[in-house]
Amino acid sequence: MATAHSRTAARLMVSPAVILLFLWMIVPLGMTVYFSFLRYNLLTPGTSFAGLDNYYYFLTNAAFWDALVNTITLVVGVLLITVFGGIGLALLLDQPMWGQGIVRVMVIAPFFVMPTVSALVWKNMFMNPVNGMFAHIAKALGFAPYDFLAHAPLLSIIVIVAWAWLPFSTLILLTALQSLDREQQEAAEMDGASTLSRFWYLTVPHLTRSITVVILIQTIFLLSVFAEILVTTNGGPGTASTNIPYLVYAQSLLSFDVGGGSAGGIVAVILANIVAFFLMRMIGKNLDA
Amino acid sequence: MGKITLTSVRKSFGEVDVIPSLDLSIEDGEFVVFVGPSGCGKSTLLRLIAGLEDTTSGSISIDGQDATDLPPARRGLAMVFQSYALYPHMSVKKNIMFPLKMAGMDVAEAEAKVANAAKILNLTNYLDRKPGQLSGGQRQRVAIGRAIVREPKAFLFDEPLSNLDAALRVNMRQEISELHQTLKTTMIYVTHDQVEAMTMADKIVVLNAGRIEQVGSPLELYRSPANTFVAGFIGSPKMNLITGAEAAKHSATTIGIRPEHLDIVADGPWQGVVGLSEHLGSDTFLKVAVAGMEPITVRAGGELNLHHGDRISLAPQAGKLHRFGADGKTLA
Amino acid sequence: MARKITQTRKTTVTVIAWIIGFLIFFPILWTILMSFKSEGDAIKAPLAMLTSHWTLESYGEVQERSNYLRFFMNSVVISLGSTILALVIAIPAAWSMAFVPGRRTKDLLMWMLSTKMMPAVGVLVPMYLMFRDFGLLDTRTGLVVVLTLINLPIVVWMLYTYFKEIPGEILEAARMDGANLRSEILYVLTPMAVPGIASTMLLNIILAWNEAFWTLQLTTSDAAPLTQFIASYSSPEGLFYAKLSAASTMAIAPILILGWFSQKQLVRGLTFGAVK
Repeated sequence: MATAHSRTAARLMVSPAVILLFLWMIVPLGMTVYFSFLRYNLLTPGTSFAGLDNYYYFLTNAAFWDALVNTITLVVGVLLITVFGGIGLALLLDQPMWGQGIVRVMVIAPFFVMPTVSALVWKNMFMNPVNGMFAHIAKALGFAPYDFLAHAPLLSIIVIVAWAWLPFSTLILLTALQSLDREQQEAAEMDGASTLSRFWYLTVPHLTRSITVVILIQTIFLLSVFAEILVTTNGGPGTASTNIPYLVYAQSLLSFDVGGGSAGGIVAVILANIVAFFLMRMIGKNLDA
Repeated sequence: MGKITLTSVRKSFGEVDVIPSLDLSIEDGEFVVFVGPSGCGKSTLLRLIAGLEDTTSGSISIDGQDATDLPPARRGLAMVFQSYALYPHMSVKKNIMFPLKMAGMDVAEAEAKVANAAKILNLTNYLDRKPGQLSGGQRQRVAIGRAIVREPKAFLFDEPLSNLDAALRVNMRQEISELHQTLKTTMIYVTHDQVEAMTMADKIVVLNAGRIEQVGSPLELYRSPANTFVAGFIGSPKMNLITGAEAAKHSATTIGIRPEHLDIVADGPWQGVVGLSEHLGSDTFLKVAVAGMEPITVRAGGELNLHHGDRISLAPQAGKLHRFGADGKTLA
Repeated sequence: MARKITQTRKTTVTVIAWIIGFLIFFPILWTILMSFKSEGDAIKAPLAMLTSHWTLESYGEVQERSNYLRFFMNSVVISLGSTILALVIAIPAAWSMAFVPGRRTKDLLMWMLSTKMMPAVGVLVPMYLMFRDFGLLDTRTGLVVVLTLINLPIVVWMLYTYFKEIPGEILEAARMDGANLRSEILYVLTPMAVPGIASTMLLNIILAWNEAFWTLQLTTSDAAPLTQFIASYSSPEGLFYAKLSAASTMAIAPILILGWFSQKQLVRGLTFGAVK
């Protein structure tokens, strides 16, 4: 409800953001689409029309399917750890205790660590089979050290990424818990509801909205995990820890195959849109915009 | 200095006509109250006058000048909002001074005006506080202070007392009335509370579904409501509206009698049983069940000793009976 | 009335929470501790390492190897620059969407957020080529532009949720008080929105500081920020724990401190207003 005058002003004010985002979306994307139909390698001069060849090669490449499975495993794995871990931690931190502020500061810290740092620290100082912390512990307990990144590269990356994102889900869920209506809890208690049924019938529904937010935002970031892979495994061994972003990067900037990389990029966009479609519906229902 | 005229003003949101064409004239210096149930369009009407909403068609003139397309800032009106709408980051003094600053007034002059307004409103000791540190009534005064320093052509009040508790509401009501007597500026006041309307207004505009049901002084509306809506809306407790055979006896579709115009007599036309009696000390309100009629409310003396189940007989006072036709309009 | 909590229960909760908190924080703590060790001591078994002598030599070596300050300044310029630019574009947009909502506002917001869903790799190639052709590769300007664009949807969304909470009546009051659009934004909206803008700004600085896709792809040396500074340790220098730790500590310390100080404001920002 407003006057025509303020409505015109509003349109003017919203337009720079809309135009910029529109250009950002359409120009590079259009170019990617265009390149994806070309035989275009930065190492060989000239380009020629390739039809759907780039898509054909990208999609029939075994690496693509590995990458697809890895991407999904990575996203789902991290989401599972962070959502369940986050609920557990939030419930714990919501209890009365001494030094809650300090615990909170410790728990939130990983969120501020840049991906390259967390990946390198984990890779070298913890997961290194010779001098890493885990190797030292294994040796002390009489086991042979395990080379995490060589033998379970994807799982290791999931752990590293989950460590970085756990604070995010914990904090959001903790905030949600703290906004629980105490009177409602007390009323349920008066009604004879046990701790467990109160958790199930009151707390969980209350948290649903926040869990939705956690899933949405984390998925956005998790679909494009890149730096962690680049500095730890370089996607290897083989394609064991290659996800789609890393595959496209390898194709276009390591093999200089612009056409193939572009086709891969478009495939990634299509896949992300499928995910986005469902997420947006979910969040649209939950977020009162 | 504050005559406001609305000519064929219409407002629709999309397909919905919130206010179908409406004409209204507000004289200079009048205290006009728009009253009606929630959703009747009274706030929209006020916002149209303020310029916070565009009219869909029709025109609004202020002091004979067409203001239909003027932005709110250039209409020379001041408004007190339901939530007070104080600027939370500014002190009381800065809040009150804000409109003067916007008008580019000289600082010394503005400060003098603020000091004067603060004196009138008993805010002198609070000038350096932030709105968050004030009570509801004080915030209300700041909002009024911010309105009066501008010396507007008219004041607009949008349900300003609805966030206050009952006792404070009565106080502020009187303060606003006194302010009107001192300033003699046009005031337009929106409320859903008919008591506020009755006690404050020079002229009441009763609105229902965007239409004006009746315009008149409080007593005019009380004495001769134009239709059943106004009859039921003005006056507390509500007028008893009776349909059916009893109304037909008076050759009307509906007859109305106010609770205070019913006498308890030894042998009246209406015989009934007391259902509920509310003893307020000064008055007693009785709910009486009369065969063949709607339940009737009676206002009786304070120390009346009647209880649930007692049989009584009622008689309407002569000349106080209102008759309404099938369309709800008062019959001559 | 607070309920009586038994001391045993509170003690148990405290112990568990501290242990878990400590474990989560441990990698960071360990990194910081190790940065004050010599290279030889750092690869010793944990307990031996702790008791060895403390030194600042690793910091000196890191600085010799690559000029920390240059990377740091790049990070500062890029994250601050992109944040400010994003705010300048987003504040008016969020203002109008929050206070003059139309039928399409919600769709518009959703669309903006959906641009964020577009994977960066999808546009990596053209961005790389455009940057190469416009001479933007390895420039701060180029990165500022890209980071502004990728974070713009989040900034708009966050500001929108903050602005939404400012009662519209206050802005109408300002309009009645004779304020034009400029004074309305300058004297009324902005001061009330400062806390929201501040936490949006903080979160965006953190996101930009830690952004590690475009910063790694589009810079090599001149404009390389701290993400690149650390990435250069990926191998084989990563095996020099003390130096890696010193470099890591220097890369994360500024944002860690900033984050800790502002965690309260951050939480609300992080939730996009979805959790009150």
